[in-house]
Amino acid sequence: MDKPKLDRRHFLLGSAVAATAGVAGALGAKVHDGELGAPPRTYQGGVPWQEGLADAPPGVSGTDYKFFTAAEREFIEAAVSRLIPNDEVGPGAVEANVPFFLDRQLAGPFGRGDHYYLGGPWAKGAPEQGYQSRFSPAQMYRAAIGAINKYTHANHNGADFAKLSEDERDALLKDFEAGKVQLEDGVDAKAFFTMLLQNTKEGYFSDPIYGGNKDMGAWKMIGFPGAHYDYREWVSRHGEPVPFPPVGFKGRPGWNSET
Amino acid sequence: MATTLKPVDAVIVGFGWTGAIMGQQLADAGLDVLALERGPWRDTSTDFATGFAQDELRYMWRHHLFQNVSDDTLTIRNNTSQTALPMRHLGSFLLGTGVGSGGVHWNGQIWRFLPSDFLTKSHNEQRYGKKSVTDYDLTVQDWGVTYEELEPHYNSFDVLCGTSGKAGNLNGQVQPGGNPFEGSRSAEYPTPPMPQTYGPTLFGKAAAELGRHPFPHPTGNLSQPYVNNLGAQLGACTYCGFCEKFGCGNYSKASPQTTVLPYLMAKPNFTLRTECEVLKVELSPDKKQATGVTYVNSAGEEFFQPANIVILSSYILQNVRLLLLSGIGTPYDPATGQGVVGKNYAYQTMSSVNVFFDDKLINPFIGAGALATVVDDFNGDNFDHSGLGFIGGAYIAGMVTGGRPIEMIYTPQGTPAWGKAWKHAAAKNYLRSFSLSVHGSCMSHRGNYLDLDPTYRDIHGRPMLRMTFDFTDNEHKMSDYLTDRAAEIAKAMNPREIKLNRRIGSWSVVPYQTTHNTGGAIMGDSPANSVVNKYLQSWDVHNVFSMGAGAFPQNAGYNPTGTLAALAYMSAQAIVQQYLKQPGPLVQA
Amino acid sequence: MRILIRVVLVLIVLGIIGGAIMAWNLGRASALPSGPVTSVAAAKVITQPIADGPNAEQLRRGQYLVRMGDCLSCHLRAGGEPFGGGLGLNTPFGVIYSSNISSDPTNGIGNWTPDQFYKAMHDGIGGRGQHLYPAFPYPWFRNLERDDDDALLAYLKTTPPVAYKPPGNDLIFPMNIRFMVSFWNVIALHDAPKSQAPADAPPDWSRGAVLVRGLGHCSACHTARNLLGADKKGHDLEGGVLDAYVAPDLTGNQRTGLGRWSVDDITEYLKTGRNNRASAGGPMGDVVTYSTSLITDEDRHAIAVYLKSLPASPDTDIAAADAGSMKRGAAIFSDACTACHLENAVGQPTLFPPLGNNAVAQQNDPTGVLHIILAGMRVGPSPTRPSPLTMPSFAWKLTDQQVADVTTYVRNSWGNRASPVKADQVAKLRRKLDLVNVRLTDNSGDQP
Repeated sequence: MDKPKLDRRHFLLGSAVAATAGVAGALGAKVHDGELGAPPRTYQGGVPWQEGLADAPPGVSGTDYKFFTAAEREFIEAAVSRLIPNDEVGPGAVEANVPFFLDRQLAGPFGRGDHYYLGGPWAKGAPEQGYQSRFSPAQMYRAAIGAINKYTHANHNGADFAKLSEDERDALLKDFEAGKVQLEDGVDAKAFFTMLLQNTKEGYFSDPIYGGNKDMGAWKMIGFPGAHYDYREWVSRHGEPVPFPPVGFKGRPGWNSET
Repeated sequence: MATTLKPVDAVIVGFGWTGAIMGQQLADAGLDVLALERGPWRDTSTDFATGFAQDELRYMWRHHLFQNVSDDTLTIRNNTSQTALPMRHLGSFLLGTGVGSGGVHWNGQIWRFLPSDFLTKSHNEQRYGKKSVTDYDLTVQDWGVTYEELEPHYNSFDVLCGTSGKAGNLNGQVQPGGNPFEGSRSAEYPTPPMPQTYGPTLFGKAAAELGRHPFPHPTGNLSQPYVNNLGAQLGACTYCGFCEKFGCGNYSKASPQTTVLPYLMAKPNFTLRTECEVLKVELSPDKKQATGVTYVNSAGEEFFQPANIVILSSYILQNVRLLLLSGIGTPYDPATGQGVVGKNYAYQTMSSVNVFFDDKLINPFIGAGALATVVDDFNGDNFDHSGLGFIGGAYIAGMVTGGRPIEMIYTPQGTPAWGKAWKHAAAKNYLRSFSLSVHGSCMSHRGNYLDLDPTYRDIHGRPMLRMTFDFTDNEHKMSDYLTDRAAEIAKAMNPREIKLNRRIGSWSVVPYQTTHNTGGAIMGDSPANSVVNKYLQSWDVHNVFSMGAGAFPQNAGYNPTGTLAALAYMSAQAIVQQYLKQPGPLVQA
Repeated sequence: MRILIRVVLVLIVLGIIGGAIMAWNLGRASALPSGPVTSVAAAKVITQPIADGPNAEQLRRGQYLVRMGDCLSCHLRAGGEPFGGGLGLNTPFGVIYSSNISSDPTNGIGNWTPDQFYKAMHDGIGGRGQHLYPAFPYPWFRNLERDDDDALLAYLKTTPPVAYKPPGNDLIFPMNIRFMVSFWNVIALHDAPKSQAPADAPPDWSRGAVLVRGLGHCSACHTARNLLGADKKGHDLEGGVLDAYVAPDLTGNQRTGLGRWSVDDITEYLKTGRNNRASAGGPMGDVVTYSTSLITDEDRHAIAVYLKSLPASPDTDIAAADAGSMKRGAAIFSDACTACHLENAVGQPTLFPPLGNNAVAQQNDPTGVLHIILAGMRVGPSPTRPSPLTMPSFAWKLTDQQVADVTTYVRNSWGNRASPVKADQVAKLRRKLDLVNVRLTDNSGDQP
């Protein structure tokens, strides 16, 4: 892949934001997702095609954490296990491997804010104006986890958020959700909560190729067949259960064994 | 310094639906046509193949096919008393980019506006009095074009897409099974309507019991294989449930890729350049004619592309910004009401009603972008607005575009957004819930407009576009009335419970609503009230044509693509049949 | 004794040449234009009407013969001008580049005499008296009438001159010695025996035979090669394997051939590149784009009639498929393939081929179907059906074992019968196609 001469990533993140990034690879983006990233091309004479070419999904491999520190991981597990707790109905967020999903998301293009405009000037803005933080998601998580622990240290006898009881964590999360807590270090608690809840549901319900939704447990719980493409035979079979077992981009157990 | 390139007959700025249609029409007329697209090349088998197209995370939430706002965004505010701030993340609308653009990730909902929609001012004035169109500071106008004039061009788009549906009015005769309120069609839909799944079927039954007139949604997700007028082939939809925000992997959704490009790309007199962003339309010293466009590519090289005709076919926000940056037309001033460029920005007024069953398996993952049964009884002026205090309306659709679980799990009233209660509600209701969509019109308003932001600049140092927009009382009243009508049908479906998601408060950029931004480069019958004439030709610079929903003087209660495509066909016909013979204004001011 | 040594030496040399020629025949298909650009616009050059004039009839005939002979498939490189040549044919012994046959006097054949052209077409002797490599199909073109050769040259001389000199061939010893080809010609080059029409043959059978055996050069791909790289005797049009492609059996075999196809099926396929049974991709897609979609209905019909008269190839013993493989394959098929081929593999007519009783799926050699699954396949665009419908690549998605299982399943379901496939066969082809690592687009931008 050619590196574009005009690297907007560098330009935008420039000094102000990138300096505080603290995220490995924050400046490593070579090609922009979507536009003005690939080399300019001229097409003439027909629809182009090349064998074997695929804009395949950016799935993850391995099991190691790349973004969260051990303490941050504890925080995340303590938080997402409350957002989606484990019980007999279905897996919890931790059981579905959502913390790992979040780690890999934050270590990659999403964490870098590849799809966020992060240039200044920055103002708080009205709620209708949406996300107005100067933080990329990775910066937001890092700063928010720090600020929340500072907050619990001050208000819960020096304990980290992760050490609080389930009820205490639930109460705090509700306060974040309602915008009732003021955090330090420029962190908007409600903005962080909104992002964390959204990303948690993403990790819970997205294709397992991204590291979450372990064993497609979340899909099994609700009855979503996943990446199945042809339902023609079922269109007119109103109200009947559809028998397809959930499948991800990389398959399901039946692809590899006869059971 | 910009390198000057070899002149072309026509340069097309932005290569989505209207760019593709104009490219095909002008290339067929023998012109040497060049299209410039700021995003990348994209095609079915490499960029949204069946093996990975159904990726809710990557496409919906990580915006993989959408405009990257880190490159280019706009600023937003609800009214002029606020400071506009950048839209830092996509939400309310999901802008396209790349070849095919929004035509790749749309739902395939193909509508025609009602005949009365083109006469919003005069028709309502006549029926409900002058006040009806000036209340709430509305600035609605007639379009300067009639349904009858557009009908053949609507038909051209249906033939191109192979639209699946059932006519409700064929040559003035109302047809059973179709939309009895629609304008007269000169031809039946090219393919029959999609068979309906359980949810839309229950909706249709309930609506009929209430005396409404349900019919299958006209759709570009095809019910059967189709070969269009250009020889391009589409397959039958397999109801995978990943249309909107996604590309179609099996060639069953009408898009520039499936309907136009196989034909157009093979033409020797057509060229496409990707990763090329047009910065400005260049004008002659007297500002009466465009000489071409200046663009920059992703390698940072700048070019001047001379052209006899400039077609602006980027998205409306970009089209309006280019007009403003290029000094074409007078910018609109909300304080005085003078000027036209940026005027009458409008949107779509959306609400919904969720329906929850205990005993019925809806199986929402069996879906398609326009898989719906619809009632149009309360759209436009299909009903008497006397005493209601608003104009406009909405279609109400029992629709299943899919069951994508991050976005589309409905939970009953009072369910928290997380925790055990949320999880249990999700598990219980996912397969047994359904949503009615209320797709409302949005009238234009004196305070809703587009201009250039005084503070924020893009990567090239150009001012960003600034959007000032909020829903007016007219829209709130309309939406409340229509949401109640939807709730009646929802209740008639005999569910366990329903949940009303009303359109409340100011417009917010956060939750996704719809990518139906309109206005700003509006059409009309005189330069005093519009940017372009009915052929989408600039009143000020006669060889500039501005495509798209930017031309809508206000937005009707339908999805815009059918109408903006019809306008493009009409513009192309005027260029080929009249303008090429005698370049100059096609309508005398 | 000396005679014996000479004979042995000659045999060794012939062996080397034969092996090398076979190797380049094996290699050449991969070099046919499977990407990045099939210029459909280029095909329009050879359909442009020729104005009335003194020799208009001859020029029109020549232009038609260029279409029939599929000249553009090879004499056009990606991004190049029609007839400019320069398409590299990769062989294990190096690269052979197609020549410039435009009217350019320096780089093309603008200065050629009809006699020179005839010698090239008939004997494989180039303009400078050099031996041409039989990648140029003179073994088939030699069956043309002299008038046709003259018309071809007359037409080619009217094409726009292309001032482009294709690179010199880049072959290793001994293949870089053109004279070696003369040995090959002695052994492998024959005048085609006149085809004998069956008693009940339709009137256009003979025309079909001439086209298939001559300018159409069908057996160049559709007949297996012998050790010398010439048509394998007794296996006429029973299908051939060219590197990573399979040119299917064209005989009346019900399983692997055209036995189930009607004459109309064949003509539709040749005209549009697609019918209710199959789609033309790979090198055949180019044949459709540059040749068979541009010839007359009568000639397509004649070709079809002739092909339908070919007796069925003998069937071979087929090993039974492993039950586990079939079960896993069925699961993969239902999830990964039904988007287009639909449940029960019924397909969608002219869009996505049905896979039951599908000849391509059942070729004795699975290379073709494996190639399609790993790398994808695009249907050749044609004037009446321009859509380049494309099967996507599954190389990134499926493991070797999964490809083997789903292929085995496809080859043995819905009435199909063909040898099962093993994972190592998939692995080998994956390496050959350079798809061990995922081949991403350059506009992705979201890879971690």
